[in-house]
This record gives sequence, C-alpha cells and structure tokens, in this order.
Amino acid sequence: MSKLTPPLPKFLRPAPPRPSEKERSSDNGEPNGKPGRADKLRESAGEGGAQVVGWLDERTGASPFLRGALYRKVPKGTNWFYTLGSATMFAFVSQAVTGVFLAMYYNPDATRAYESASHITNEVFLGELVRGMHKWGSTVMIVLLFLHMARTFVFGAYKYPRELNWVIGVVLLVLTLAMGLTGYLLPFDQRSYWATIVAVNLNASAPLIGPFLADFLRGGGEFSATTITRFYALHMLLIPGLIAALIGAHLYLVAKLGTTAPPWLRAEKKELTKEEI
Amino acid sequence: MADKQSKQTPPRKSRYTADHGMAGAFEGETVTRRRFMTGGALAAGGIASAAFALPALGFALAPMFKDATPDRWQDVGPESDFNPTTYVPRVVNTDPGVGEAGKATIYVRKFDPESDKPSPSDQGKDPIPYVVVSTRCAHLGCPVRYYQAPKRFVCPCHGGIYDFQGKVAGGPPVRPLDRFDARASNGRVEVGERFSVNSELRRFSPRDPSNHLDGLWQYLYPSRPST
Repeated sequence: MSKLTPPLPKFLRPAPPRPSEKERSSDNGEPNGKPGRADKLRESAGEGGAQVVGWLDERTGASPFLRGALYRKVPKGTNWFYTLGSATMFAFVSQAVTGVFLAMYYNPDATRAYESASHITNEVFLGELVRGMHKWGSTVMIVLLFLHMARTFVFGAYKYPRELNWVIGVVLLVLTLAMGLTGYLLPFDQRSYWATIVAVNLNASAPLIGPFLADFLRGGGEFSATTITRFYALHMLLIPGLIAALIGAHLYLVAKLGTTAPPWLRAEKKELTKEEI
Repeated sequence: MADKQSKQTPPRKSRYTADHGMAGAFEGETVTRRRFMTGGALAAGGIASAAFALPALGFALAPMFKDATPDRWQDVGPESDFNPTTYVPRVVNTDPGVGEAGKATIYVRKFDPESDKPSPSDQGKDPIPYVVVSTRCAHLGCPVRYYQAPKRFVCPCHGGIYDFQGKVAGGPPVRPLDRFDARASNGRVEVGERFSVNSELRRFSPRDPSNHLDGLWQYLYPSRPST
C-alpha cells in the first residue's frame, strides 16, 4: 500500500527525535531516565494535529481520495497556462464571498435598489472596496474563463476522453455570462435599467420562443417590480448553485482523467536494448 | 455441433413468476415483488418531487400569464394642449409599483384627417382622435426622442429613425413605434392601452420590440399570453 501511494506530506509525518531530546528529558524526568509528565504533554501537543487528521480520516476514508486528487501525476511540460482554470475558480469564489456580503446591505426592491447600492458605495465601511471587487471581479472572471477556454482549445485538451469536460465548461461559460446579465440590473441606475431593457428585448427577438422568453425574464409583459427580484434570485441563488455544482463535476473529471501534455511534447521513444529485442 | 446449438434461439422465458419456481408466487402473477417494490419506490419519489417542483414552476411562470396592460385610462391634460402639427411629451405610469422605472414618456398629438390615413383596423369606425406614440424604440426598446424640425423620432442607441407617423424611416427597427389608445372625455385627453402597429398601421396586440409584424416574419413572433 505504502509503495503504491505517495508518502504522507512532511507536516503529517512524525518528527524524528532530536539529538538533544534524550538529555533534556533526563533533565525534566526522573533520575532513572523514564520520561516525566512535562515530556508526555509536550509529546502529545506535538501530535495533536496528526491525531485530529487521523480521527477524521478513520471516519471518512478521505485520505486516499484526497491524496489521489492532490498528489496526482501531471504530464511533463505542464506550465503556467494550466493555472487558468484554478484562477477562474478563484475568481468565482471571490465573487461568491463578496456577493454574500453585498447581499447583507442590498435591497432588491425597485424603489430601494438604487439607494441601497449607493449606500453600500458611499456609507458602508469598505463598501466601495467590496462592491468594486464584485464589479471588476465579474469582468476578471469572464476574461479568465475565456483564456482558460482558449488554452484548452489550443492545447487540444478537449479531445477524447475529455469531451464531456469541454461540454460542462461551455455550460459554465453560458451560466457565467448569465450571471453577468442578471447582475448588471442590480445597481438599478440608468445604465443597468436600459441595458437590461435592451438585453431582454434581444431575447425577445428569437423566433417563436422569443416573446415567451422575454416574458419569463421580466416576469410579465412589462418591466415591473417582479423583474428585479427575479433577476436577484437568479443571480444569487439559482445560477451560482448550478455553477458550484458544475465546477464540482468539472474538477472531478479533471482529477479522474488527468491533464494533457502540451501539444509540442511528443511521446518519448525509448531505444530498445539488445536483450529486449 | 456446439455451434449449431448456440445458433438456436434459447427457449422463451415464461413471463409468469410461478413458472420460475418462486416461492409463494400467485397464479397468473407476472411482476416479481422486487420489481414491484422498485417501481413503487420510484413512483413515490416522483410524486414527492412533483409535489414541490410543479408548484414552484407554476409560481415562477405565473406572471407570464398575467395581463400586463390592465384597462386604465390616464389623464394627460386638456384637449387645448394638443394640435395636429407637433408632438407634446407627456409622462404616464405603466406600472405604479416600481417608482421611476414604471413611468414612460409618450408623445401626443391630435389626429389630422388630412395627412393621417385611417388605419386599416379602423374600417367603419371613427379613428382614434389623438395619435399617442410610445417612446419605446421598436428595435431593442431604447427611448426615442422627437425632433420637431425634421419631424422625426430618433433613437440614441442604434440609430433608428421614425417619421411623423411613427413609421420606420431608417435604421434597424422592424416595425413602427407602438401607439396607445386615446379618447377625449369632458374636454380632457385620456390615454389607454398600448398596442403595436405594422407598417400599414394595422393594430396588433402589444409586442416586444424587435418582433416583426409584417410579411412572413410576423408568424415567427406570436402574441403572448400576457397581452
């Protein structure tokens, strides 16, 4: 078993005894060399972390899974472009965290939304920073997402057996753009209002389903009080939930299938020795 | 010899559980109890899921079926305010619940029997005595503005231009500007429901901007339950 799985990381391994350990223990301990109470305490305190991890591991069986996911082998030539996916996920986490805190002050009522948004910017401590991170972070996330997608495409990493992961990624792209659309209305200033009017009417221009799609988005035939609460619910509950679930599936497949080598690397051809021939 | 046997179709299995030697099988029973329990558990789960999913779905979709244009008449001023040669802007409430966002600017002028051809929808009826034009651009819904010198409506977003009748004079819009019902009552002008018009000013139920109402295109953009 221990030969098949990589060794425990350094911080989980028990520390080897120091050369001075024996002398110190004899100082504190009894004269016959048995360890004293202070030594026992020091020893158990040092192992506290490992004991907690061991307790959890015994009950969840998580360590083989985590070891497989975190210490998996990556191909030769893995480079900085491979971090774009993690960067996109980090942008999503940052959006989720700042969004949760913005929701503490924001009021999705058509007559109150603008005031509550400007209250966040102008009066709440660090409100400008948190709102700014959420606003600019949305752009960062979309830019990173497209870079990640471009990396996958250019490196040919969408090919068998990773097609499903590409499809999940495209769904994530659409959901992220939907986040951008629904979030744009929420400050409820002139720009967001008219941008949403235009965006909903763009949806209305789809043949056959367009008029119904627009009615669904607006929550009725006209822009109304329902529209902003509806966009708010989509923006902070439905779409982020879907995104989080799909990121989980995306990561599972990455861990399961592994990553691809860059296309400029060729498989190494080993010269066969005479004995092998 | 062995090949011959494998090519023969195996004897059909009996569909009666009693023939399979199952303990306690009933006469004529075809569904095993395991199968029955599996189906029952799936059905119970399906009913339980539908019990919350269907009301939630109806809850989310219900506003689509609510009448978006309740029958309301709004006073926009005395008849003496309006003439047939220029448009006068007025603000009406399209949705009282949403503050500023529920207000819309409209342009009002008197119907001119000489220059305004009656709409094909008005055959045998008196035409609407006031021409009330919506400022919602028929391209993507930006607010148009009226300029008196060229007698044109101009949209700031994508350059849609409409003539004095509200018909498309240039740019991307697909149909004329929407209109509103209007009537004179006790010397006051009152504005009613919105309606859409096609290039002949024929009356249609209110449509979203970007929905065509002419030629074959109109069949791709059906009327909505909310209007």
